[in-house]
Amino acid sequence: MTDAATGFSHRFRATELDARAALCEIIGTLQARGLVQEQIGAVEIALAEVINNIVEHAYAGTAPGDIVVDVAFREAILKLTTTDGGKPLPDGRLPEGRPADVTGAVDDLPEGGFGWFMIRTLARDISYARENDRNRLELTFDVVPAVDRH
Amino acid sequence: MTLTSTLTGTAKIVTVNSNRIDAAMAIQFKEAMREHTDGGPSRVILDLSSVDFIDSSGLGAIVAAMKQLGDGRKLDLAGLTPTVDKVFRLTRMDTVFKLFPSLDDAVTAQVG
Repeated sequence: MTDAATGFSHRFRATELDARAALCEIIGTLQARGLVQEQIGAVEIALAEVINNIVEHAYAGTAPGDIVVDVAFREAILKLTTTDGGKPLPDGRLPEGRPADVTGAVDDLPEGGFGWFMIRTLARDISYARENDRNRLELTFDVVPAVDRH
Repeated sequence: MTLTSTLTGTAKIVTVNSNRIDAAMAIQFKEAMREHTDGGPSRVILDLSSVDFIDSSGLGAIVAAMKQLGDGRKLDLAGLTPTVDKVFRLTRMDTVFKLFPSLDDAVTAQVG
């Protein structure tokens, strides 16, 4: 059963500064709920990349709309669901997220393209759907020990 | 300012005075790095001990900062906190930069 008391939701405008504030608030709440630091780090990295992608790509060339992040705990799983009203992902599906090639000369090193690889590596599961003209992305993470539930 | 720098005998130490290098500050970081590393010793040590979080934009800005140093100069990183360290290892950027546990370790290494 989903423990409604421990879930929470956050809605904010898709700008870099609002994204930073929202991420800090969500991560702060997870810390307050007793998630261990290593897991917090993984969640923060992955969620930051998801949100940055929405800000930079989904809403590219349009006025920044909203982003909603729903956080839910279920047994030893943390589920983050983001929705936004921006453009769909290219080809309507999750990018492959191959690792960036860092073996070349310094001048050829990538300065981007790390995001989806990190998201895919850090999350246990990831799924994407386009529903009612909104993008819906679900990320799950294993969390151990169980989050303190009050 | 986000960055401060000091000069040792053989290196320029640039300290990040911010707890995050994220998309909202990546461009500012890169420009500030340019100002602090324009000329000077061939070795630059970036002290990241105050930085709790970095995203892919911040990582890209550090890579860009290394490129803009130019030929024959190097950027070493010191004091990576756990989440920052995780980003460098995940992306294999730990194989590109020399990482030191602390600024002291980085500074000492230049002597030896």
